[in-house]
Amino acid sequence: MAVARHTLVALVEDRPGVLNRMVSLFRRRGFNIESIAVGSSEVPHLSRMTIVVNGSAATIEQVRKQTDKIVSVIKISDITDEDTVTRELALIKVKATPATRSEVIQIVDIFRANIVDASPDSLVIEVTGDEDKVNSLLKMLRPFGIKELHRTGRMAMTRGGPGVAAAKEPSKRRTGSGGKS
Amino acid sequence: MKMTGAQIVWESLLKEEVEVVFGFPGGAIIPIYDTLPEYPQMRHVLVRHEQGAAHAADGYARATGKVGVCMATSGPGATNLVTGITNAYLDSVPMVAITAQVARSVIGTDAFQEVDTTGITLPITKHNYLVLDTASLARVLKESFHLARTGRPGPVLVDIPRDVLAEATEYSYPEEVNLPGYKPVLEGHAAQVKRAAKMINEAERPLILAGRGVAIAGAHRELRELAEAGEIPVVTTLLGIGSFPESHDLSFGMPGMHGAAYANLAVDGADLIIAVGMRFDDRLTGRLSGFAPRAKVIHIDIDPAEIGKNVRVDVPIVGDARQVLGAVVKQILPRGHSEWLKQLGQWRDEHPLSVRECGGLLPQYVIRQIYEATGGGAIVVTGVGQHQMWAAQHCCYDRPNSLISSGGLGTMGFGLPASVGVKVGCPDDVVWCIDGDGSFQMTMQELGTIAQEKLGVKIAIINNGYLGMVRQWQGLFYERRYVATPLSGPDFVQIAAAYGIPGLRVTRREGVVPAIERALGEDGPFLIDFVVEPEEDVYPMVPPGAALAEVIEEPVRGEVAV
Repeated sequence: MAVARHTLVALVEDRPGVLNRMVSLFRRRGFNIESIAVGSSEVPHLSRMTIVVNGSAATIEQVRKQTDKIVSVIKISDITDEDTVTRELALIKVKATPATRSEVIQIVDIFRANIVDASPDSLVIEVTGDEDKVNSLLKMLRPFGIKELHRTGRMAMTRGGPGVAAAKEPSKRRTGSGGKS
Repeated sequence: MKMTGAQIVWESLLKEEVEVVFGFPGGAIIPIYDTLPEYPQMRHVLVRHEQGAAHAADGYARATGKVGVCMATSGPGATNLVTGITNAYLDSVPMVAITAQVARSVIGTDAFQEVDTTGITLPITKHNYLVLDTASLARVLKESFHLARTGRPGPVLVDIPRDVLAEATEYSYPEEVNLPGYKPVLEGHAAQVKRAAKMINEAERPLILAGRGVAIAGAHRELRELAEAGEIPVVTTLLGIGSFPESHDLSFGMPGMHGAAYANLAVDGADLIIAVGMRFDDRLTGRLSGFAPRAKVIHIDIDPAEIGKNVRVDVPIVGDARQVLGAVVKQILPRGHSEWLKQLGQWRDEHPLSVRECGGLLPQYVIRQIYEATGGGAIVVTGVGQHQMWAAQHCCYDRPNSLISSGGLGTMGFGLPASVGVKVGCPDDVVWCIDGDGSFQMTMQELGTIAQEKLGVKIAIINNGYLGMVRQWQGLFYERRYVATPLSGPDFVQIAAAYGIPGLRVTRREGVVPAIERALGEDGPFLIDFVVEPEEDVYPMVPPGAALAEVIEEPVRGEVAV
């Protein structure tokens, strides 16, 4: 079966060990996780997580169902095929000497990124966008020398509608295989 | 009312109608034990090793359907529970394990007998808790029992620091649980139920494949109704044995690696598999690509993650086996499948589960005699290995939960401590622990528990002087290189005698029945050491990697025999 990249969004209890439960599950079942981004949600004591995972449709279905069995996971949905906004943030420390600095600044401007720190031999650049944008910027900056890079991984949200957590999950209804055990 | 953490533990257990706890004390858990005399209605069974506590709680839970409770101290007490908890996890057994932890102030410092119990047990529990706030203890225990017994049951562990046990707090037991991330679906989706019923009504060669979920849900009656209404034959998984009476005309035994050839041929020939409360384990399916090649599959299970995990499913139904079967059976049109049943009957006649002629003492013969002597009324508890497969094959189980065995994990040493729990839970039943000499030696210290608690467990050791199942594989697939499988044992009768348990050794056929009668005549425990043919193999066998239809019924004698 074709391996594809899927985006899953989970609403989880904000308690110690919840991330550990999820990561431990992915490891022991051999799920290939590309990135996880975690932060607070609109509901107090609940965190929202975006998980990017590679796998066949059957594997992704297992990721979703097995994760859903974790008691601390309130809800998890595969939003790959839905209309979504995805963003990631990256901090890039790039070499910038007096000779190259203006060229780097020009590139940063083109990408509508921000310079958040400057030192005599480097600049720290903050960029937000989808992965393609971040990758393109990195490609442009690489010749100058990237000293440090930190990417958050993808965050995703469906456009419009009631929101992932509140919505009934359509796939569960269709297959009749919803619910927890 | 103010209570200490230790008191809250016992109060909560009583609220959950726990009658017995299997445990072993240690430093950190003393506060719980110190409070036990305040609760004389609570029975505590002192095991000889914490693994035994978990297996006993497991056996108790399987036999009674109630939540089994085990208890251990921090560090090694907790790690010794791990095998038993895993066993319960793999077989969906409701269990609450309570462990003590070092004091909160020293957690994370490698304190004496400190181990990350919740970390270790994370992948082998349905859920677990480290209680850092005494005020949350009652709620945590309430949730634990709810999680353990509902949905797909499983073990839940509660780790409690010793200072939480000692600290007093306001106690009231919550009436309800609030677990927003846990909502098991019980009722099958109506449209799916309809589709399933239609498929069943149209099938020419339907076959029900029943697993442990039937016993868990108490769905025996509904299963039988479905089978009889549609005249549908039934096979069961190892753990599903007894969920449909094996003496019933529609029962065709257990398929799988050591299942009956006719049961495997039934799966192979079926045009519809109705799988209920089971998970298509590899020991059952054989090579997946060759599993039930002619069949569509209806899969009924309470765990959505099991559906479509191993076998492609045409109609998935998430729900409680009892509710779903009850809904399906209402839509079943009465019809016969005489052609199909004739075919199955013919396969059974042509490929019976038999015992070969042999001058020596055969393990299958011993097990058949135990069955005959108890008229099928006993609960059989097994260890893991050859004897386990023979016990599954050569008794006829008509009652749910009358065979108690370690399935998913295949835990040698399960038999004796599990039979402790079974006998405690079902004191009026005859309980036979059929064990191998290898399996028995892993946990035989629990004879001490049996003696101290005066439990009338009847123990039959199928003693072939080998780790027999491994030896069988070495014989078949490793050119008879019997590395590390010949096993010397002690004099088991003398071992039993040292614990004050009477016993007999049997080496000849003539001695079998009188020994069994003698054991059944004793009020208390009794041990029989059956010294059997050393190199008897378990057949039929579906070799690893083969399809069920490629079942080998008998060895070519002379090749593997001595």
